[in-house]
Amino acid sequence: MALSEMGDSLSEASAEKVSAGASLSPAARAKPLSVKEMAVVAKRLRRHIITMTGKAGSGHPGGSLSAVEIVTALYFKVLRHRPQDPCWSDRDRFILSKGHAAPVLYATLAECGYFPISELATLRQLDSHLQGHTDRVTCPGVEMSAGALGQGLSFAIGVALAGRLNSQDYRAYVLLGDGECDEGQIWEAAMAAAHFKLDNLVAIVDNNGQQIDGWNRDVMNLEPFSAKWQAFGWRVIEVDGHDFTQLITAFDQAKQVKGEPSVIIAHTIKGKGVSFMENNPDFHGKAPNAEEVEIALKELE
Amino acid sequence: MSQAVSLREAYGKTLVELGRENPDVVVLDADLSWSTMTHFFAKEFPGRFFDCGIAEQNMVGIAAGLAASGKIPFASTFAVFVPGRSFDQIRMSVAYSQFNVKLVVTHAGISVGEDGASHQSVEDLALIGSLPGFTVIVPADAIETAQAVKVAAASYGPFYIRLCRPKLPLVYDEDYRFKLGKAVTMRRGKDATIIAIGIMVSAAIEAADSLGRQGIDCRVLNMPTLKPIDEAAIVKAATETGAIVTAEDHLQHGGLGSEVAQVVTRHHPVPMEFIAIKDTYAKSGKATELLQRYGLTAKDIEKTVHSVVKRKRL
Repeated sequence: MALSEMGDSLSEASAEKVSAGASLSPAARAKPLSVKEMAVVAKRLRRHIITMTGKAGSGHPGGSLSAVEIVTALYFKVLRHRPQDPCWSDRDRFILSKGHAAPVLYATLAECGYFPISELATLRQLDSHLQGHTDRVTCPGVEMSAGALGQGLSFAIGVALAGRLNSQDYRAYVLLGDGECDEGQIWEAAMAAAHFKLDNLVAIVDNNGQQIDGWNRDVMNLEPFSAKWQAFGWRVIEVDGHDFTQLITAFDQAKQVKGEPSVIIAHTIKGKGVSFMENNPDFHGKAPNAEEVEIALKELE
Repeated sequence: MSQAVSLREAYGKTLVELGRENPDVVVLDADLSWSTMTHFFAKEFPGRFFDCGIAEQNMVGIAAGLAASGKIPFASTFAVFVPGRSFDQIRMSVAYSQFNVKLVVTHAGISVGEDGASHQSVEDLALIGSLPGFTVIVPADAIETAQAVKVAAASYGPFYIRLCRPKLPLVYDEDYRFKLGKAVTMRRGKDATIIAIGIMVSAAIEAADSLGRQGIDCRVLNMPTLKPIDEAAIVKAATETGAIVTAEDHLQHGGLGSEVAQVVTRHHPVPMEFIAIKDTYAKSGKATELLQRYGLTAKDIEKTVHSVVKRKRL
């Protein structure tokens, strides 16, 4: 199935509810959705991730699938943004620090109307604006070029500091991988964000427990993870990262926090939604083959 | 030549001027604000100064985030740490991202002196020069420093300005106007050309004056903008003088010499020699002692011009 046809393959009723079709105005597409509607979007995003990485023949489906609910909740409920005006000065910023999860961001941006859904089929192709890892110069809606891990939290601090200096009330949201927290720069930034008392900064950790070489606990133990963030001066909120209600409650809680940054540790499953990818580090950086795409899409019907 | 003046102090005071003119100018440092002289700005604009502690990678990332949000961040520390400690952050968060970040670093080269090789950045121009989109400037004195910093603030894009620790003799008058991407002819001449940057410019002038007394009419070019380099001035020097010596307080690999040689070999091959550090680390010692030990003096330039001119005549 061609990617451009994906929207048509959903039932008419859900397509209407999801408001992801090109016929709707961009403003309507960015309208906050209900939990039920977000669940439908999430499934569409998963289908996009499978189809686009399958077509590209490479990419990172595992850590994209684990972050689907987090990114959906942000773009379809939490963030103040204008798909038709990606550089709007008062927008909330979403910074994807784990740049290899580009497919989930691209799929989301397309569903929001930042660019046509049909372009998802160009992922990783020469001259596509959908680079293997995010490129903020070529892709509308991408705040930061990422891919070398550990850099997004520092960037988000700069964004949050500028908001404070400008008396703008936007918020900076940055999505980190748990494996990414091996990087020392994350902890430099964690210290600094608390030092600067950035309560307009929210980090979300896609805590799927795995990195390329296996389980975090075997590769490089991060525990006690929550206590680390607390010790660095952050408000820690732990949620089931696939539960929209918990995620949205956490984002609301983070908004109430004053004088310190918040981190939402979202417990997720790598490869979530596709049986043979779940908790399977093989699919961190490997695309599904044609047969696997078919099985995965069947599971995501 | 006139009295020696601190480039770092010129930088710090220029930042204050820029801060008064433009509220979007912000400054970051990594626990070295009294050495980089960003403390002048910190004192006048405490709300726009961010000391990031000893965390250069984080500092570069924060600078990128500020730039992404419309600020004009100047981030400073020693050259061994930016780019030395933070190359990937500069590559990803600044160069590849094309953000308007200004990295102004101090204590570059072996003229750092007593702190020793750990603190003597001799690789930074090779590192930064390799990054697409970066403008790289190496001022020759305090006047050029102030000018270059102002130009960097007024131009969009990533800039790297490399300053040394020692005070340097003024090679310019107050009415000098730095032009981005342009070489400056410090001495006219037709027998050979010395192309120098930073601390080596005054040495190059001294060498040329001495050579003149020996009947060798030597051109001296200051090449304050290392990238994008002034190809026209280099080709003209090669064509008109037939021999070139480059001079820099940096490793021979990947600095001024390499850049000039690429232009010369492509457009007008002539004999070249390189005054630079030869694939080694230096030691602790007084700056003047080190410059002598590693062959970075006016006398060394003079000797090298003699040998390049001989090759020319063969």
